[in-house]
Amino acid sequence: MKAIISIELYKIFRRPRTYIAFGAIAALIMVIQLGLKMDGHSYASFLMKDINDTLTVDGKVLNGYLICYILLQLLLVHVPLLVALIAADMISGEANLGTLRLLFTTPYSRTQLVMGKFIAASIYTIVLLIWLAFLALFVSMWIFGTDDLFLLKSNYVVLIQEKDVLWRYVGAFVFASFALLTVTSLGFLMSSIANNSIGPIVGTMSAIVFFTILSTLNIPLFAAIKPYLFTTHMNNWKEFFDIKVNENNEAIYGTILNVAKIKTSIIVLTLHIILFVTASVIITKRKDILS
Amino acid sequence: MSVIQVNGLSKHFGALKAVDQLDFSVTEGEVFGFLGQNGSGKSTTIRMLLSLIHPTSGSIELFGKPLNKYRDEILEEVGAIIERPDLYPYLTAKEHLQLFAKLRNKHVGENSIQDTLVKVGLADRSKDKVQTFSLGMKQRLGIAIALLHNPSLIILDEPTNGLDPQGISDIRNLIKQLAQQEGKTVLVSSHLLSEIEQMATQIMIIHKGKKVADGPIQKLLDPNKMIVHIKTTNDAQTLQIILSGSFSNYLLQRTDGIYLRLPDYEIPLLNASLVNAGVGLIGVETRNSLEDYFLQVTSNTIA
Amino acid sequence: MKKIIKYSIAFLLVIICNTVHAQVDPLIEKVSQKLALVNDYVAEGIMKTDVSFIKASLGKVKVYFKKPNLLKVKKEGGISLLPKGGVSVTINSLLNTKQYIALPAGTQEYKGKTLRVIKLVPTDEKLDWVISTLWIDPSDALVYKTFTTTKENGSYEITMEYGEFANLGLPSKIIFAFNTKDYKLPNGITLEFGDEDAAAKQKALKNKKGTIEITYRNYVINKGVPNNMF
Repeated sequence: MKAIISIELYKIFRRPRTYIAFGAIAALIMVIQLGLKMDGHSYASFLMKDINDTLTVDGKVLNGYLICYILLQLLLVHVPLLVALIAADMISGEANLGTLRLLFTTPYSRTQLVMGKFIAASIYTIVLLIWLAFLALFVSMWIFGTDDLFLLKSNYVVLIQEKDVLWRYVGAFVFASFALLTVTSLGFLMSSIANNSIGPIVGTMSAIVFFTILSTLNIPLFAAIKPYLFTTHMNNWKEFFDIKVNENNEAIYGTILNVAKIKTSIIVLTLHIILFVTASVIITKRKDILS
Repeated sequence: MSVIQVNGLSKHFGALKAVDQLDFSVTEGEVFGFLGQNGSGKSTTIRMLLSLIHPTSGSIELFGKPLNKYRDEILEEVGAIIERPDLYPYLTAKEHLQLFAKLRNKHVGENSIQDTLVKVGLADRSKDKVQTFSLGMKQRLGIAIALLHNPSLIILDEPTNGLDPQGISDIRNLIKQLAQQEGKTVLVSSHLLSEIEQMATQIMIIHKGKKVADGPIQKLLDPNKMIVHIKTTNDAQTLQIILSGSFSNYLLQRTDGIYLRLPDYEIPLLNASLVNAGVGLIGVETRNSLEDYFLQVTSNTIA
Repeated sequence: MKKIIKYSIAFLLVIICNTVHAQVDPLIEKVSQKLALVNDYVAEGIMKTDVSFIKASLGKVKVYFKKPNLLKVKKEGGISLLPKGGVSVTINSLLNTKQYIALPAGTQEYKGKTLRVIKLVPTDEKLDWVISTLWIDPSDALVYKTFTTTKENGSYEITMEYGEFANLGLPSKIIFAFNTKDYKLPNGITLEFGDEDAAAKQKALKNKKGTIEITYRNYVINKGVPNNMF
C-alpha cells in the first residue's frame, strides 16, 4: 500500500495542475491581506458601526488573528472547489488518459489501488490546508501583528484573549481537514463513476453548491434533512471561536460554547467520508475497465 | 503446461454478446496469435484475461490457478500492453518505468530499467517527457512497461501499432527471442496477419465473439489445400461450369473474384475443364497465406 | 403678552442661577477639596464588560488620571471596550472644571445610607455634558452615584464603592451603566447562514443595558503621569 500511496503522490505533485490550487490560494490570500493592510480600517469601521455608537474599542482590532478568521470565512467556501479539481480527477482522469488499465493490471487489488489513491488525495488536501493555514494565520500574524480576537458575529460579539486564540485555530484547522476530506471523498466517488474528469469536477462542485443552499435556507421543508447534510456541518469550525460565559456574563477563558456541536459535526463528516469512500471502492471493484 | 486455460468464456454487454463461449489454451513457451476483425471480441477477451472486465460466465486459469481467486499472485507474472499505449504525458520514459517498477513485488533495479529501455530502443530518450514522443515511441515504452518485471506471460494487444518497418521487425524479433530464448509465453493480437504468420506458433481466430478457428499455423495453412484464384475472360460462364461440376464444393464465397480451395492435384483438372469449355484463362494464382485463411473463415466459408 | 411672560421667566432664571452660583454648595466644596488632593494617579484594576451582545473576559487595566480631567483606561495588552464618552464623565472631570451650578435636589436612600442628591448644570457651553446628578454621602463627602447626560453620547450612570483610598475620594470599584444600541450585522457580511435560532437570539439581545465595571487594586498617587499617556 505504501508503494501505491507514494506513486500516487508522485503523480499528483508532478502534474502542473496541482499547483494551480496552491497558487490560487496564495493569490487570493495575498490580495485580501493587501486590501486589508491598505484599507482595513474602513472595513473595520463599517463592521463596528453599531458598536461604535455605544462603545469605544481600544486596541489592535485588525490584527493577524482577525484577518485569519476573515480569510477562513471567505476561503473555506472556495477551497472545496480547488480540492475537487484533484480529487475528482483521481480515477476518472486516469480512465480518460487510458492509464487506468495499466494500473489495474498490476498485482494489487482494486481495493488497495482505490484506497491508495484516496489516501494520496487526502494527503494533498491536508498539504493544501497547511499551506492555507500558513498563509492565512502565520503570514497574517507577521503582517498585522497579534492582539485579542474581536469577533463580530451576526448577533453578538466575542472578545477572545490573545493567549486563548492559537489553540482554537489549531482546532479549527483540524476540523476544517474533516470538512475538506469530505469534499475529497465526494469528488473521489464522482471520479469512480465517470470516465472523464469534467463531469466529476462539475458534479462535485454542483453537489456542494446544491447542498449548501439546502443547508442555509431556513425552510421548514428542509429542516428534517439538514442535520444529515455534510454542508450543514462544514462551517462549524467557527464553533471554536465561541466562548462560554458564567452567570455574570464573563467569558470563561479556554472554553468552547458548544463542544457537542463540534463533536457531532466531526462524526457526521467522518460518516460521510466512510460512506463515499466505501461506495467508491464498491463501484470500482464492480466496474468493467473499458477505457 | 497450459499457461492460459479458458473454458466457456462469455461476456455480454446487455443484449450484445461480445464474447460467446470461448474455449482455448496457450501452452508454455508458445507465441499465440490472436486474430479477429475489429469488434470481434479480441480486446474484450484480453481484458478478461487481465481481470479488467468481469466475465459473464466461464472460467479463466492462468498458470493453473483460477484468476478470480489468485489474481494478485497471477498478475505479478503477467506483463501486458492493451490497445493504444496510453501513458502519463508529464512523466519521462524513465519515470514511467521507475513508477511501474514500484508497483511490482519483484525487485526491479535501476539496471533492469536501463536494460529494458535499451531493449525497446528508448535509451537515448529516457529523460524526455512522453508528451514529446511519437506513437511508435509510446508503443515501445508500453512494451517496456510490460517487460520490465521479467514476466512469464506477456500479452501484447497490437504491439506493432504505429511502428515503422524497422520497428515492426524489431518487435517481431524481440517476441521470438522472448519465446525461444527466454522461454516466455507470448499472446499477441494484431491486424498485421503477415507479422503473426512470421512469429506465431499457434493462432486462434474469433469472429463475432466466437472462435472460428484455432490450432498450429502449419496445420491450418494446409499445403495440401491451396487457395486458387482464377482470372478468366468470362467469369459468369466459369462460375456456371464450376457450380455444375465436381468443383462446386471447393468454391469460396468471395466478392473479389473466383476463389477455390482445393488440393493441388485438382488444379490441372480444373484448368482442363475450363479450357475444354472454351473459357479463356487469363491466370491461375495459388495462395496459402494466413490472410487468405483469415478472410475465408471470417466470411463463414467451410474450411 | 406671551412674549413678556417668556422674557420675565428667563430673567428670573438668570437671577436665580447667579444667586445659586454665588452660593456654592458646601458639600460639593467638600468633595472638591478631597479630590483636589489628587493631582494624578495610576491605578491597576480588573475590568469586567457586561453587555448583552458582548462576550468578553475579565481584563487587567491601568487607569491614568491627571488634573483637571484627563483620564485614560488602558488594557494591559489586548482590546478594551469602554462606554463612549462615559469614562470621561467621572467626578473629577465634572467637578474640576468648576463650570457648573449646583442645585440641591433632596435626599435619597441608597444601600442603607441617606445620600444628598445634587444636580449640576454646566455653565460652559463647551462642556460635553448637559446635566449631572450626584448622590453624595454628607458624612464622608463621598460620591456614591452619578447620572450624567452627555450631549452626544447618551446618558451614563456611574456607581462607586470605596475602600482604603476613600479619604482621597478614590473608589475601589466603579461601575459604568449605559443603554446599548441594538447590534446586528447582516448574514451576508458575517457569512453565517442557516442559524435557526437567530431571530430568537436577536430578540433576547435587544434593548438591554450594558455595564463596565472596574475594580481597583491599587493606586499610585501624585507620582506624575506624562501627558502622552492620554
